[in-house]
Amino acid sequence: MNAEWRWDFAIEILPQMLLATLNTILAAGIGYAIAAIVGLLFLLGQRTPIKIVNMINREIVEFIRSTPLLIQLFFVYFVLPQFGITLSAWVCGMITIGLHFGTYLSEVYRGALEGVPKTQWEACRALNFSTFYTYRKIVLPQAFPIAIPGMGNYLVGIFKDTPLLSTIGVAELFHAATAVGGYHYRYLEPYTIVGIIFLTLSIPAAIWIRKIEKNVNLAQGKIKKEQL
Amino acid sequence: MSYFAFLSEHGPTMLLGTVTTVKVLICSTILYVIISLIFGLMRLSKNPIIQGTATAYIEFFRGTSLLVQLFWFYYVLPFFGLSLEAFTAGVVAIGMNFGAYGAEIVRGGILAVPKGQWEGAFALNFTPAKRMRKIIIPQIFPIILPPAANLTVELLKATALVALVTVVDLTFEAKQINSITWLSAQCFGTALLIYYIISRFFLVPILRWLEVLAARKVGKEKI
Repeated sequence: MNAEWRWDFAIEILPQMLLATLNTILAAGIGYAIAAIVGLLFLLGQRTPIKIVNMINREIVEFIRSTPLLIQLFFVYFVLPQFGITLSAWVCGMITIGLHFGTYLSEVYRGALEGVPKTQWEACRALNFSTFYTYRKIVLPQAFPIAIPGMGNYLVGIFKDTPLLSTIGVAELFHAATAVGGYHYRYLEPYTIVGIIFLTLSIPAAIWIRKIEKNVNLAQGKIKKEQL
Repeated sequence: MSYFAFLSEHGPTMLLGTVTTVKVLICSTILYVIISLIFGLMRLSKNPIIQGTATAYIEFFRGTSLLVQLFWFYYVLPFFGLSLEAFTAGVVAIGMNFGAYGAEIVRGGILAVPKGQWEGAFALNFTPAKRMRKIIIPQIFPIILPPAANLTVELLKATALVALVTVVDLTFEAKQINSITWLSAQCFGTALLIYYIISRFFLVPILRWLEVLAARKVGKEKI
């Protein structure tokens, strides 16, 4: 076993890795879409005026947030079949990621809604706008920019947690690396390539999110151009 | 098999795993706090080499997945003649990964210390090192502890990953028991519950207590 980096081997496995990267991106995208919707559901549970619903909602969110995603994946993957529901690894992975990050996104949404100044609500009240109209025309357009940085961060977060899916056998990038590494008994190149692919995707994404955040703050007048 | 029978048979094994999980948690928390403080300070250095090193470190560890780093430490480092034990590899990977996140929190905390404090230290002719040590650093704790507490809960969850590099922790035991008994609901359910109990009834109260303590120390009564 030598430590030398073998270019021929790296180039040989590169196409396979890039193909698996598509799966990773797909998984992150689907997972994020589900999480965004689940987050809305949790937000709804939090804002309903029924106390008991709020309480149950909070406990569920608290529970999901403070337990590891890995065991949640195992739970969904191994326990559902016991109740006669057999889902593929892909579906299980997407459901779990959606639920797990949905709880985080619900917090982002909540923070954004609370970030809209109270006077805005009062003004809508004074103008006799309906609740729906208030949300649609006044509150949401102001809350959305506040939510963007948080939402972006969790998109990158989900992307970086997709390797966990390999533990239940979803054929994404990390799974491919492990398979290739096991086949040739060379782990140096596959895992390093995985790291490089992650870096090349997540750093531009992070920079892009920071830029959006700056633009949003600029548009809202929170910071001035000279400060940039 | 009733749940109680399951617990009496496999409970001790799971508790043993829990002890390992707590060990990983404590060791990697210590490591990540040290790394965050060092790199948070380096990030604010005026020397471009020091600052660049810190930025590269932070971007690298935040940009790649923890699982990838963990596997890299455990499976790739031996190629370079550096064999780490599974436990050490796990602690180092988690500590370095969360240290990168923590460094950003520390940096934010230092920048959030009111300007008057910096100017006061400057007016009193403190050396930069003394200014940091005596004036600025003691004041960052009430600012950084709330986000650091969130990060530490995340760290507890991340310790589950060390099971994948063969550290015999709670997750590993749960998986093991599952493969023997196929009582998936019981073993993974118990594991989830144990993580929840550690976080909700031990980790979070300790962190809240630290927050109150830090706030009191600088004379800002909280709550």
